[in-house]
Amino acid sequence: MSVYKPDAKWHEMVSGGYIPQAGNAQEYIVSGWRSQRPVRDDEACIDCLFCWVYCPDNAVPVKDESVIGQGFDLDHCKGCGICAAVCPKDCIEMVPESECDE
Amino acid sequence: MPQVKPMEGNQAVAEAMRQINPDVVAAYPITPSTEIVQTFAQFVADGEVDTNFVTVESEHSAMSACTAAAAAGGRVMNATSSAGLALMWEILYITASLRMPVILTVVNRALSGNINIHCDHSDTMGARDAGWIQLYAEDVQEAYDNLIQAVGIGAREDVRLPVMSCLDGFLVSHSYELLQVEDDEAVQEFIGPYQARYPLLDIENPITMGPLDLWDFYFEHKRDQWEAYGPAKQAIVEVGEAFGEKFGRHYGLMENYQLDDAEFVVMAMSSMAGTAKDAVETLRAEGVKAGLLKLRAFRPFPAEEIAEALQGAAAVAICDRAASFGAEVGPLYAEVTSALYNAGVHIPCSNYIYGLGGRMVTPEDIVGIYRDLEQVAAEGQPPQPLQFLGVRS
Ligand code: SF4
Ligand code: SF4
Repeated sequence: MSVYKPDAKWHEMVSGGYIPQAGNAQEYIVSGWRSQRPVRDDEACIDCLFCWVYCPDNAVPVKDESVIGQGFDLDHCKGCGICAAVCPKDCIEMVPESECDE
Repeated sequence: MPQVKPMEGNQAVAEAMRQINPDVVAAYPITPSTEIVQTFAQFVADGEVDTNFVTVESEHSAMSACTAAAAAGGRVMNATSSAGLALMWEILYITASLRMPVILTVVNRALSGNINIHCDHSDTMGARDAGWIQLYAEDVQEAYDNLIQAVGIGAREDVRLPVMSCLDGFLVSHSYELLQVEDDEAVQEFIGPYQARYPLLDIENPITMGPLDLWDFYFEHKRDQWEAYGPAKQAIVEVGEAFGEKFGRHYGLMENYQLDDAEFVVMAMSSMAGTAKDAVETLRAEGVKAGLLKLRAFRPFPAEEIAEALQGAAAVAICDRAASFGAEVGPLYAEVTSALYNAGVHIPCSNYIYGLGGRMVTPEDIVGIYRDLEQVAAEGQPPQPLQFLGVRS
């Protein structure tokens, strides 16, 4: 069985368009249409995890029950701004992609 | 011992289904195919098969259930006609794209409107791009034989495609003919056991089927699907040969009838081919070199084989039992002339659209086509490329 490759050729596909690896959606980058990205002020964050709860794309990483210092999963974040809207501390800023480095 | 019994086309199909003993049949009745699932339902009720028979609320649901049951890993069959096939449309493409070897008997019937229950090929001709293999039967025996062969053709490892096994509504589905019914064991031996490649019920090896597939992968998947139809053609030939060896009736992509030295050739599918054979015999008795090319497999389309079979002819008449509205010619004509062009074979061809909505075609009508062909050959081209055979004008 083939392994997911973004540039796989047609003859490297599993016929029928099946995906034989469980959970490989994580490897599929779906953030191409994001026009602005969330940036968290880790100093102001109180770790309430609202952003994690509300993100419709599972793009808010949590480690040891904390989002502080974890940033965002920019391969999957669509830039919808919901996290910024629900943050009780207003400490997530939506920055236009054109102003970001990468 | 094989037995010879008088049977209608529909009964013969139900009998083949009983002998195949599929895991799942999900069906919704529609004239003229109703009798197939009705008879088969009786086999289920009588415990003659192990099939899980699912009664659904529409053909869309029927084909959805069939495709899902095949994805689960089962051997799956179904039957329909006309508007029933049309209601399956969305799922037909999915069945083929997911590479599910579902077997669907289609008893060919005209599409509405106006409403008509009789035979033409507008239903399956419309489905010709859906990715299914299509076999067309001339008579009751072929309808039975084709269904048994369809199992092995569709399930072959390098094919894994659904198969439509087509027979003409009423003309074959409701006509009694003598059918050689093979032994149950012999049929089981011929089809063998079925093992799906990626059954969803194999919970040790979970896979995803039918996910969102956009501009970045869909095209590669379609390109990969394209590869299945060469092996499918091969499978039709090989399964046909194996069937001939076992049961004595030989099948291929097409049947050449008095074709070797034929100058004037009619090309037709299904029951029309049987009528044309009578016309050929009448003309041969007069010394006219008439021949018939009967196409059995329309999908995959045997383009090279057709060009080779026709290359010696002086003129060819291609008969379509379907209108492709807005096109200048019928679908079979379009594909055959394209095949001839690509093979560099230049023969004058004419197109006859015939039999729409069950309009009868007689041997005399077909003799008339051969008479036309003599003129076409003499003049090097038909007076008009498309004619409507048997319409009042
Ligand atoms: S912007 Fe939307 S997608 Fe991105 S992390 Fe915030 S809530 Fe999730
Ligand atoms: S919602 Fe705001 S305060 Fe709460 S965890 Fe997220 S960033 Fe921190």
